[in-house]
Amino acid sequence: MSETVARPAQDVRADATGPGELRPVTVGPTGKGSATGESSGTGGARPGRWSRARADGAARTGLDPRAEAVGIELRDLRRSYGDVTALDGLSVTINPGELVALLGPSGCGKTTALRALAGFERPDSGQILVGGDDISAVPANRRDMGMVFQAYSLFPNLSALDNVAFGLRLRRVNPRARRQRATELLELVGLGHAGRRYPHELSGGQQQRVALARALAIEPRVLLLDEPLSALDAQVRASLRDEIRSLQTRLGITTLFVTHDQEEALSLADRVGVMRAGRLEQLAAPEVVYAWPATPFVAQFVGTVNRLPGRTVAGDLVEVLGQRLPAVQLGDAPASGTAAVDVEVLVRPEAVVVTARATGTAAGAVDPTPQDPTAATRPVPITTTGALGQVRQRTFRGAVTRLRVDLLGLTARGTAVGLDGEPASATIVADIATAQATGLHPGSDVLVTLADRPVLVSDPAAAH
Amino acid sequence: MSVADAPAASAGAGEADLPGSGPRGVAEWLRGTGRNGFALLGLVPFFAYTVVFLGLPTASVAINAFRTAHGTWTLHNISLSFEGIYRDAFVTSLKVALCTSAIGVVFGGLFAQAVLSTRRNTVLRRVVTTASGVFANFGGVPLAFAFIATLGTTGMVTRMLHALGFDLSSTGFSLFTFSGIVVVYTYFQVPLMVLVITPALEGLRPQWREAAEGLGASAASYWRLVGLPVLAPALLGSFLLLFGSSFAAYATAWALTSGTVPLVPIKIGTLLSGNVITGGENLGKALGFEMIVVIAVAMVGYVLLTRRVSRWLR
Amino acid sequence: MATLTGPAAPPLPPTPTATRALAGAGRAVRAGWWRWTIFAIAAVYFLVPLIAALEFSLRGRDGHRTIGAYGKILSEPEFGSALWSSVKLGLMAVAITLALLVPTMTLVHLRFPKLRRVIETITVLPLVIPPVVLAVGVLGAFRTAPQWLIGTPTILGFEYVILALPFAYRALDAGIGAVDLRTLVEASRGLGAGPVTALFRVVLPNLRTAVLSAAVLTLALVLGEFAMASLLLWDTFPSWVVHIGASEADVSVAVSLVALVLTWLLLMVLVTLGGRRGGRAFVGVLTGGTRDE
Repeated sequence: MSETVARPAQDVRADATGPGELRPVTVGPTGKGSATGESSGTGGARPGRWSRARADGAARTGLDPRAEAVGIELRDLRRSYGDVTALDGLSVTINPGELVALLGPSGCGKTTALRALAGFERPDSGQILVGGDDISAVPANRRDMGMVFQAYSLFPNLSALDNVAFGLRLRRVNPRARRQRATELLELVGLGHAGRRYPHELSGGQQQRVALARALAIEPRVLLLDEPLSALDAQVRASLRDEIRSLQTRLGITTLFVTHDQEEALSLADRVGVMRAGRLEQLAAPEVVYAWPATPFVAQFVGTVNRLPGRTVAGDLVEVLGQRLPAVQLGDAPASGTAAVDVEVLVRPEAVVVTARATGTAAGAVDPTPQDPTAATRPVPITTTGALGQVRQRTFRGAVTRLRVDLLGLTARGTAVGLDGEPASATIVADIATAQATGLHPGSDVLVTLADRPVLVSDPAAAH
Repeated sequence: MSVADAPAASAGAGEADLPGSGPRGVAEWLRGTGRNGFALLGLVPFFAYTVVFLGLPTASVAINAFRTAHGTWTLHNISLSFEGIYRDAFVTSLKVALCTSAIGVVFGGLFAQAVLSTRRNTVLRRVVTTASGVFANFGGVPLAFAFIATLGTTGMVTRMLHALGFDLSSTGFSLFTFSGIVVVYTYFQVPLMVLVITPALEGLRPQWREAAEGLGASAASYWRLVGLPVLAPALLGSFLLLFGSSFAAYATAWALTSGTVPLVPIKIGTLLSGNVITGGENLGKALGFEMIVVIAVAMVGYVLLTRRVSRWLR
Repeated sequence: MATLTGPAAPPLPPTPTATRALAGAGRAVRAGWWRWTIFAIAAVYFLVPLIAALEFSLRGRDGHRTIGAYGKILSEPEFGSALWSSVKLGLMAVAITLALLVPTMTLVHLRFPKLRRVIETITVLPLVIPPVVLAVGVLGAFRTAPQWLIGTPTILGFEYVILALPFAYRALDAGIGAVDLRTLVEASRGLGAGPVTALFRVVLPNLRTAVLSAAVLTLALVLGEFAMASLLLWDTFPSWVVHIGASEADVSVAVSLVALVLTWLLLMVLVTLGGRRGGRAFVGVLTGGTRDE
């Protein structure tokens, strides 16, 4: 997939210090609610006005796409609890109608960011703009945001229907209208039949559906999803994930989704923001985050990546496993063009080519035509050498088979494999099409080469 | 990965939760000789003990309430217990119990919630928890003396108020009357409430509060629509427990008023120890029997009410 | 998409404690002045009587401050025998309570889950029957009982077991609910243990905290029980405190304060040592059933 999105990494790297670079575009048909940064300077908090406006809107029935979608901008948010810094100058911009996922390891501040947007946390400093208005001072119960929590957030004393109707009840919608609307929403999430059941009579997945319906019932300006799938089992998780996405697209509601599950983030979001230590490392389309990570941290956190020792050579090339490949620098990698520098080369498992090698072949004798037919049709690489290895482990994963290969040494004129001069027998992980993995078993002697594509390089020290 | 582990873990938990559905091995083993009867023998001591030391005395009270001192059946004790000072004692006892339980539930509930809204694992929480345990069992003469030293005629607070030109007795308050009993009983009712309600308050998930807020609820509407309905069974149960504890309390009132305020337990004690009137002992049993009936009726009422307010639990 | 997960960066599950701590912090900001008002009222109401009692116990006959009352406690002739009598009764009640409840509850939990309701109901009954009434019943029922039972304070020990039943049951029930007794016993059986071995080597050690709470609650109840002891005319520590109060009120108050502080310190130590769980066991004793998923 990386070929389709191959772009210079610099263009997509999130730049936290320059918010102007990622200014949102107003796409709302009414033209209202421009989310550009400039409008925020004049727009104060006007909670009373817009919350009342939404209250009227909530009385509407029908589930048309939203008349207006608002943009969100978090500006330089900071929040610390004693010694712990949860947000360290976080800036995120979400375009109207967009679904942005914040992804990061636990403790990276993603949940704090969402809770700050919802109004449950007060940032120490920074601004939160919704539709151009700074809502930092607006209390949570007047922010008009629909939120779905991790689990157990349904009111246990109310039936599914009453749960969904809760927000409408607070908005004094008359009982018949709110009942009707709640029923519609339950049908929308596929639970039209379960309106009379109480939360403990619903499965985990059903509970989260009701929670979603409840959040949508108030026609919120913003939908906030706080790891809503993490307590569910795998199958329910996948189906609910797809449903959330299709509902969100249909309603066109601006959505912030927080998760520690990269698979969820990449498959669900328009753009993924990878967070670390209270800051945004990269905010970009899932494909871009995967193929062109902005920092070594992103590269490692999103997907599996092999880190191989390499050496830059003239002409923006890097020498790795005895091959010379075009290099794209990332993060704090040394400047290109200088003399040979040790670097770390980041390679995804699917870019590793493993081919069988007749046992007993002396090191150095390399078959120049790999058995991989697709590889064979490619233009001849800069170098035809590769690394010798032995398959240690083989894991069947459906369409692909993952191989763990111990690198034994280099063929021909390569240098020793290893970091810091250690001739370690490092391990490399390769995903190859299962059809081509038939002859490869633990113990098989193989030749490891890299697909002839540009590779990412970084400073070895920065990667750790 | 967590995904792979989750089903296995939940399956294990589910199995443990279902009584009797466990692996056969345990049942076989406990069966010992393989017969149910043998294991049932293990329950004999418990049942025998409660029958002898709880059942017999209770039966004695219940039966003798309807008998004369000579052993003939009569309703005289019962009818006597509904007259004059004994009826007054019942009325006062019920008033004291209802009043102090209400104060205990309201103030104890608020206090417990206030403590829980502080940060976790603080010294404050530990002090409140342990002090509640101590104060809930603090009663009798020590408690009475402490309050006499505080609000008695030469009590510390009485003297301080006097020095400020305020005469406490002019308000009609006296430690040795109904109002005094209420003030003193509150001293163990509130901590008892804190002990009883804290787990239920901890069971209120922060997500409910936040979900309600996110949907536009103020603090008041959260409590009205979610918090209090969810707590209702626990609040009812607490009220019942406080009612029972206050209704049955003997030592404190005895030490404080020496019987000037008519309370049923005091009357029973007097009838038992003194020879006020002939046949007084069985009159005491009639009063005791009626106390049991009052609490039992309260319990039945509690069960019915709970069923109503906790429909969502079933 | 499974290929996306790999060894380089295993996604970490979120830590629920951290999330909850954050939620708590948010709440703390919101909880406002009303909390402090409540604390202030509570502090005044609960501390002033103690301070007044302390002041009273330090007030000498001639108006001077003196700690004489505290010094006199130990020299009171019946102090030692009364306390010892109560401690004996307490230990007896603790022993009977545990011997009665632990095997019964284990058996019911593992073998007769349907009987759980019955046992639970029986243990609630003592709350329905006031101690005063129970004392009346004891006098009536055991009028003709053998001398060893009714002629000594032993009968108090037996009845204190009944009074402690609701609390001890809930403490133990919370403990049994917290450990997977079935699996533990099954595992010990798999390793070749017999029923008695399993009870002493597996069940009891795993219910340590619960057994401790049950014991402490029972003991505290016995050391403070006055109504039954007084009506059955046996001298125990609480009745001695009352007795001495008639002649030497300052000593009586001094003893009570010392007992109060010692009990509180003991609980503080237990809760601190037992951490949150221990604390919960004590707090949860009365309600027991509230368990989080």
